[in-house]
Amino acid sequence: MSENKTIQETEKEIVEEFSLFDSWDDKYEYIIDLGKKLPPLENEFKKDENRVRGCQSTVWLVADHKNGKVFYKAESDAVIVKGLISLLIRVLSGHTPDEIINAKLDFIQQIGMTTHLAQTRSNGLLAMVKQMKNYALAYKIKSSTSA
Amino acid sequence: MIKSVAIQNELDVNAIRRQFPVLSRKVKGKPLIYFDNAATAQKPQVVIDALVNYYTGYNANIHRGIHTLAEEATAAYEATRDAVTGFINASTREEVIFTRGTTEGINLVAYTWGRQNVKAGDEIIISTIEHHSNIVPWQILCEEKKAVLKVIPVSDSGELLMGEYEKLLNEKTKLVSIVHVSNALGTVNPVKQIIELAHKKGAVVFVDGAQSSVHLDIDVQDMDCDFFAFSSHKVYGPTGIGVLWGKKNLLETMPVFQGGGEMIKEVTFQGTIFNDLPYKYEAGTPNIADTIAFKAALDFVSEIGKEKIRKHEDELLAHATMQLEQIPGLTIIGRAKEKTSLVSFIVDKVHPQDLGILLDNRGIAVRTGHHCAQPCMIRFDIPGTVRASFAMYNTREEIDELITGLKKAIKTLS
Repeated sequence: MSENKTIQETEKEIVEEFSLFDSWDDKYEYIIDLGKKLPPLENEFKKDENRVRGCQSTVWLVADHKNGKVFYKAESDAVIVKGLISLLIRVLSGHTPDEIINAKLDFIQQIGMTTHLAQTRSNGLLAMVKQMKNYALAYKIKSSTSA
Repeated sequence: MIKSVAIQNELDVNAIRRQFPVLSRKVKGKPLIYFDNAATAQKPQVVIDALVNYYTGYNANIHRGIHTLAEEATAAYEATRDAVTGFINASTREEVIFTRGTTEGINLVAYTWGRQNVKAGDEIIISTIEHHSNIVPWQILCEEKKAVLKVIPVSDSGELLMGEYEKLLNEKTKLVSIVHVSNALGTVNPVKQIIELAHKKGAVVFVDGAQSSVHLDIDVQDMDCDFFAFSSHKVYGPTGIGVLWGKKNLLETMPVFQGGGEMIKEVTFQGTIFNDLPYKYEAGTPNIADTIAFKAALDFVSEIGKEKIRKHEDELLAHATMQLEQIPGLTIIGRAKEKTSLVSFIVDKVHPQDLGILLDNRGIAVRTGHHCAQPCMIRFDIPGTVRASFAMYNTREEIDELITGLKKAIKTLS
């Protein structure tokens, strides 16, 4: 994934990609395309405990921990949310818990997608960002207690 | 001569649109097309002016003050009560209670009449297509009183199964609380028949008029319901103000809801004598500004005429339904014979939320999701729908834009 890049570098890269689009249509077409390309989550993971509840769309999120780094997999029933998930995974997956917890994720605002994080209960994205950070925090606590 | 009469019977949509300032704004660089009217309607300039005039000209607390401003504010506030009395054809203004909205009206009755009259083993009947606001207060009451909540099923077209309703009615039925028009499907329920059947069993009937009051002529006396509630903001008025209407004999015998100022006649530490109707249920300083502006909205609607508005909205509904039916993979949810101007639909393999986002991108505001009617969505085995709901200021051209936008969105998403 983004093993050689920092979170900030990946965020910058995404912002640059989005700066090439001059219309909202193009931005959304790109996000939809990312959503369609996001590998489906295996059915075994699509259970209630992995469900991040939004008011309208559902997100399933799982995390794994390898060599001090956190890796995510996720899916949603709505394709635009899936596209945004794909961006979040690209930015956060493969980093240490501390890097993830401290990530500001300014790129979301910079690419004009803040509405998807607004408190309108319209989707599970805000809950998903929170859940991604919670997983990182859980791994951090787990590794510090087992060390 | 004949021609000019014909024109008068038609709604002059362009003239109406000019009275709604928000309709001239752009969204994402495109002219706003507002199809979320079932959630809340936009406000005409007269309503906005009424709010501004109150705050700039005669802001004062009502009923108690003897100064000029208080008198003017009181007169304007009470004039709204008279306007509502006429709007729903109540027999007396004392039956018109101001609330925050439909939800508060339902809760008020659940907490007062409900707690006084519903006992263990009693039954309350609602329907499958209720808004959560007409489910949850009764659920809470039933749980508290060990009463039973019964639900009228609906057909695949979204119409109540009246035969099943009759079977649910019995001597234990204390209350039937029914939505007049479904916010998720647009179904107009046969409330008169529902009320007549309930009354035969001695049950009281509450009609949730949140969606109906803007589209249909409301005559609470002719309907013969016992309670009726609606919200100003869906009738082109401000948010935060609504009406609970109840039959006088019921309102008089019900216990009070909230205690405080205004709802009292006399207070000592030994006890309190409550005020007469309607003030008995209006504790505290009310929402004066919005109540005053609410009258401007009611007058606005009445001046244009509900019949004219209805005719225009029916045409929009017919046009939208016909166009939507031609989109492959699209299914309209809610095909009742009698509907208000609202169309709910789903598209094969496309999530409603994705459609909503892409339509917003074209300046088109629709609602997506379960519309706070989850049991209704469960009945149709869908997670949610896209809902386009039309108001007096919408046009056929806007619907054509919706259809173009939808086709493009479906293509992008599939």
